[in-house]
Amino acid sequence: MERSLIERTAAEIARGVNRGEHSAAEAVDAALARVGDVEERVGAFLTVLSDDARNRACAIDERVRAGERLPLAGVPLAVKDNMCVTGTRTTCGSRILERWTAPYTATAVRRLEDAGAIVIGKTNLDEFAMGSSCENSALGVTRNPYDLSRVPGGSSGGSAAAVAGYEAAIGVGSDTGGSIREPGAFCNVIGFKPTYGRVSRYGLIAFASSLDQIGPLTRTVEDAALVYDAMAGYDPMDSTSIDRPVEPTAKGLLESLSGLKVGIVRQFDTRELGDDVDEVYDRAYHDLEALGAELHDVSLPTADYGLATYYLIAPAECSSNLARFDGVRYGSRVEAADVQAMYENTRAAGFGPEVKRRILIGTYALSSGYYDAYYVRAQKARTLIARDFEAAFAEVDLIACPAASSPAFTFNAKSDPYSMYMMDYYTIPMSLAGLPALSVPCGWVTPPGGALPLPMGLQFAAPLFSEKLLLGAAHAYESATKHALKHKPEVGARG
Amino acid sequence: MSSEKIDVRYVAKLARIALTDEEVERFGAQLGDLLEHVNALGALDTSAVPATAQVVESRNVERPDTVVPCLSRETVMAQAPQRQGAFFRVPRIIAEG
Repeated sequence: MERSLIERTAAEIARGVNRGEHSAAEAVDAALARVGDVEERVGAFLTVLSDDARNRACAIDERVRAGERLPLAGVPLAVKDNMCVTGTRTTCGSRILERWTAPYTATAVRRLEDAGAIVIGKTNLDEFAMGSSCENSALGVTRNPYDLSRVPGGSSGGSAAAVAGYEAAIGVGSDTGGSIREPGAFCNVIGFKPTYGRVSRYGLIAFASSLDQIGPLTRTVEDAALVYDAMAGYDPMDSTSIDRPVEPTAKGLLESLSGLKVGIVRQFDTRELGDDVDEVYDRAYHDLEALGAELHDVSLPTADYGLATYYLIAPAECSSNLARFDGVRYGSRVEAADVQAMYENTRAAGFGPEVKRRILIGTYALSSGYYDAYYVRAQKARTLIARDFEAAFAEVDLIACPAASSPAFTFNAKSDPYSMYMMDYYTIPMSLAGLPALSVPCGWVTPPGGALPLPMGLQFAAPLFSEKLLLGAAHAYESATKHALKHKPEVGARG
Repeated sequence: MSSEKIDVRYVAKLARIALTDEEVERFGAQLGDLLEHVNALGALDTSAVPATAQVVESRNVERPDTVVPCLSRETVMAQAPQRQGAFFRVPRIIAEG
């Protein structure tokens, strides 16, 4: 049976539109109908842009009729709600921006639109991208399409859920310490964080500027490559974007791992994972070998300090970035008699508990008397972590390890902040080193007492700017194992 | 590394966030817990290690000093919580007298 439009990959939709087999308008209508069917249960979106999407689809159809061929023609796109889209409410999942409308479009989103993709809505996230479950959103609850009693992961959980639930063919998220890779793993999709600086951050509302990076969430590696190829590259509007040529990745993805050296990290503390999950990863490493990879143990002696390093650097940068939300120029304001009280009351009412915690810890780490002991020491630890990866990549081409500390968990399961932070134990070291890394589906576990199998993600990391190799290897693994196709979401493929 | 307790009220003042007594208590305990975890960094010998602020190559960025299009003033002002003509309006900052 031919797959319905919502089940098709971005590559298939674009091909269909470019060949005139179906229109962009039909692809967008199918996606919007699916949103209508399942959104009440999934809750991936904070804003659905039905009219804008239909108008843009007609414009794409006209361009294709006029002879243009677009790599993402008519592909429905879900955008995390910390990226600006002109004329659209852009909230960061926060009360303080609940009614703010973006006056310009983020470069990454504009490039996807130029490639033919159509934004169908803005997706839920942990407030200001701080969290690993989407539970920190002040504006909505998102459920995991594979088990609606569980979280979709975070912070890009809305985009991951929209793609996993067939509401959008592709999504974009932002990853600061794992915020694309972990929800990718939880929702049985590819979550890909490119090299820091590869994708412009212009129009991405900043959380931790030295770590934030935009990347795709897709159902196939090929789609992740198509999205990356369309987004990547220097942007004069982001002075930290890298000004060097981008090697296209989507054409000629690898089919084998033959001759590749893959490093397995032994220092990582896998005690938390549990036997079932450990087994999934052991099988995944074995599969890599069966596909021709040579496995090597690699040593990252300081990777274990990643979490401690990250929870000083990211909050420090966040405390500085979020100082701009003061009730003066945009966002909500709580009136008070003097300006100091206006700032304090505005920020007290506008930010949720996790954002407040991070601003406080960051402010403390940067404050007089503690700056060297905390912030500078963390920056030095960051150097050591990056050097560890450099040394490892002198021995191996890629590193493979878990993408998250557990499969998707139930709501309110991580009430202690540090237990939530632990979810990103495996993704944070790569972020600190700026490396490209992705999560690819690698198997399923059925938790005790749980009826539904839960997806797991294998993380690959590669040297800086090695996106082509990274996506190629993930593609070879994906085509050989096809783990993502073994189960359907709880919301079903047909509503 | 310091193991002293965070003065949450003082830090909140620096961060311009009003906290309730309950929040002072709760955040104080949670931040203390986090600091214990990050104090693990004390075990690393970083005496001869340079600090990393930016991981990937970074350089100073300059551009020609020419006028380029930007958002109009009206667009920027349109979402001000309070405005007065072309200005953002805020409560009095400088005391009288």
